[in-house]
Amino acid sequence: MSTLSPSTTPVPAAPRSAPSKPVSAALDHLNLVVVGHVDHGKSTLIGRLLFDTNSVEDGKIERLQAAAKAEGMEFEYAFLLDALLEEQAQNITMDTTRVPFSTPRRAFTIIDAPGHKEFLKNMITGAASADAAILIVDAKEGLREQTRRHGFLLSLLGLKQIVVAVNKMDLVNYDQKVFDRISAELGEFLGRLGAKPTHFVPISAKRGDGLIKASENLPWYKGPALLEALEQFRATPPIQGAPLRLSVQDIYRFDARRIVAGMVEAGQVSAGDPIEFHPGGKRSRVKTIENWPATAPGVGQGPVGAGRAVAITLEDELFVERGQIGAPPGDTPTEAHVFTARIFWLHAEPLKVGELVPLRLGTQQGEARLVAIQRTLDATTLESSTGPASEVKRHEVAEIRLRVRRPIACDAGGRIPSLGRFVLMRGRRIAGGGVIDAVLRDESASADAAGGSPAHRAALLGHRGAVLWMTGLSGSGKTTLATALEARLLRSGVLAAILDGDMLRTGLSKNLGFTPEDRRENLRRATELALHLADAGVVVIAALISPFRADRAMVAEKARERGIPFAEVFVNAPLAECERRDPKQLYKKARAGEIPLFTGIDSPYEPPLAPDVEVHTDRESVEQSLQKIADLAISLARPPEASVGEQGANI
Amino acid sequence: MSHLDELESHSIYLMREAFHAFERPAMLWSMGKDSNVLVWLAMKAFAGHIPFPVVHVDTTYEFPEMLDFRAWAKEHYGLDLIVWVNQEARARGIGYENNDPVTVTHELKTVALQQVLAAHKFDALITGIRRDEDSTRAKERYFSPRNSDFEWDYKDQPPEFWNHFTTEVGAGEHVRVQPLLDWNEIDIWRYLEREKVPLPGMYFSREGKRFRSLGCMPISKPVESNAATIADIIEELKTTKTSERAGRAQDHHERNAMQKLRAKGFM
Repeated sequence: MSTLSPSTTPVPAAPRSAPSKPVSAALDHLNLVVVGHVDHGKSTLIGRLLFDTNSVEDGKIERLQAAAKAEGMEFEYAFLLDALLEEQAQNITMDTTRVPFSTPRRAFTIIDAPGHKEFLKNMITGAASADAAILIVDAKEGLREQTRRHGFLLSLLGLKQIVVAVNKMDLVNYDQKVFDRISAELGEFLGRLGAKPTHFVPISAKRGDGLIKASENLPWYKGPALLEALEQFRATPPIQGAPLRLSVQDIYRFDARRIVAGMVEAGQVSAGDPIEFHPGGKRSRVKTIENWPATAPGVGQGPVGAGRAVAITLEDELFVERGQIGAPPGDTPTEAHVFTARIFWLHAEPLKVGELVPLRLGTQQGEARLVAIQRTLDATTLESSTGPASEVKRHEVAEIRLRVRRPIACDAGGRIPSLGRFVLMRGRRIAGGGVIDAVLRDESASADAAGGSPAHRAALLGHRGAVLWMTGLSGSGKTTLATALEARLLRSGVLAAILDGDMLRTGLSKNLGFTPEDRRENLRRATELALHLADAGVVVIAALISPFRADRAMVAEKARERGIPFAEVFVNAPLAECERRDPKQLYKKARAGEIPLFTGIDSPYEPPLAPDVEVHTDRESVEQSLQKIADLAISLARPPEASVGEQGANI
Repeated sequence: MSHLDELESHSIYLMREAFHAFERPAMLWSMGKDSNVLVWLAMKAFAGHIPFPVVHVDTTYEFPEMLDFRAWAKEHYGLDLIVWVNQEARARGIGYENNDPVTVTHELKTVALQQVLAAHKFDALITGIRRDEDSTRAKERYFSPRNSDFEWDYKDQPPEFWNHFTTEVGAGEHVRVQPLLDWNEIDIWRYLEREKVPLPGMYFSREGKRFRSLGCMPISKPVESNAATIADIIEELKTTKTSERAGRAQDHHERNAMQKLRAKGFM
């Protein structure tokens, strides 16, 4: 094309600012994210900032102008950004990009986050590492969906330094009323999120109004120009006055030293400091700070402050591991089992109530169960869903309750931001992120100062202990079913264990025979063992002939006294069928008189009168019988409060 | 905490995370300035002992002075050094004498890298690339997965925030770990100066010329410069507006050469 239209474009000549003097090393570097609705002018603003700060390679403008002219297009500042990123040519659009520029007062890196809705993950990736944000809004269009969504995420990500740029003021005749209306509306919206922009600045990125200095087109505006507002921001300072939080990354034993390597997230650490590691609470003292090279200037034995990688040795041989957090005794992080959080979800598959999801907080890794979704929020309107929801969909924001299987050490409520936020995984990918609002008193474990209560164990395991008592003749199928049941329970995350006659008779009850007294003693031992294991959180599958009603009633009574869920399962098969099967050739031996007092032959079997479940192994498949018993086992093991929370353990 | 302290600590954090997350990590080393910062940071991260192999992909077109430096540094740092040459391509006669720079770079660097990765079953490569070097690198993640064909799926990169990364790979895949991503050229020089990191002499002016970026002998051209010390170089960089890799022929051989190289697995 060679349409040589007379160009009406304000042709950029020399940059209007004095050529920027490079910044000194001492000046802190600011990471800046530019967010806002698509087409509200992010690229133009970035291009213009590059141009006005003289941050463009020699000849680039001229080349782009020539190219635009040749194409019959008006030169646009957005070309600068586009060209810089070669996006037009290569079609690599819509990802986080970083563009450096500097003013005489400081260096900036712009993290460009695209405005298209489905690329929210890139915006979060960019904005999560920013120190400050420009939220751009089109004066003519006003607030749009992504204006609100991005504003919401900025607040969730904890960004405090926000400047709102009301762009395209030229299109509304630089009208103060438009600016005031948009500023008020956006200010109110962000205010509800607890975010307060530092400045609202009217600009026209295209015309260069209000970017680097006051514009004569905006005489009514008395605040700083955009760049002046940005220069006032600070690189996110390490939190001051906070106690030490040392995230342990690894333990190295490359030589005689046992080095604890990690990151000082907050506070500071010096040789000689007492230090306590959480979760767990093991205590020692910092012996040395390890430096390489050992003699370099500025290295020593501390203090090493927040934001620094560090390597220490301890005075005691403690078992410290990755994920623990070193802290001063007396001012340690909270060990949380259950907490509320605000999360955003990025994965296409929704996050569902009851789901067990891998969680990472700092260097800690664990598994969390989504116990409840208090509400999901529509980020664009801040309207909450009506009542609790059952899933969080992609790009939704929600308030949820999580229960972690093992306690995690954290600092909630923004006290130490890096230890109050976590990511959730789906497969290998980060699928969402969140901020812990409050650590809840673990209801199921609250009765106990004693850590080893059944409730505490239930919280840990995600289920409680129980006893499933399977009674039936020898050869009725107890062992087959018990084995299959155990496997199925273990697969679904339920800690299960079999207690059977053979195991007792060859071990614990080796000294007992088969007289009624000895049978009773054997059963007493089996009962004690089963109840003890159930107390410890295990779902015990007791597969025992246990022929007498009175004995079984005694077991049930003891379980009831101790508050342990108990159920009786009658594994029913006719004697003739059992004798036909005779898997251990016991009937044969009993008939031959080699085994005295064998149940069914010369000792009675008293069938249960009201079993919780009865299976007929002579006419049901193993699968059919198993399903009935498994359903029973799961309902027994379900913790009382977990009406929604433990749906994940369905078989 | 200064900007350099911040960059240093974050890079160390990334290296330690990589060492923890992967079974067989390795670090790429070209003896260039960025590479030497990488080695220096690894020495710091692991308290004076780099616990994984350091790989030099040797194109056989290396400056002799760089090879001398390689031998010296191997001893000095106690590196577990793997030197890898794409012997097969050299046997076929691939080289600057017969081929264009893009082809040579692909065969003697990218393919060589694939070979060494396969031979040693590395699941992570720690590299010294920086975002400011080239615009296509601006989109990189700290932990950037590559499929078994070495391809970089830049259109669907995993989210990465709050110091959480993609740390698992499937069979045949690997992750590029890029601890220097946030550094720019001047940061590198300021750090080299501050830490007194040993460097090859070719970066400094001799007879009015110095190398700003070092690659293969036939395609690395020196720039006019009187910068004889790091302080001089930093002064020089403050005023220059030509790009760092301007002296690297393979980037300019054709339009979008860098993009093509990178899509095929070049760093």
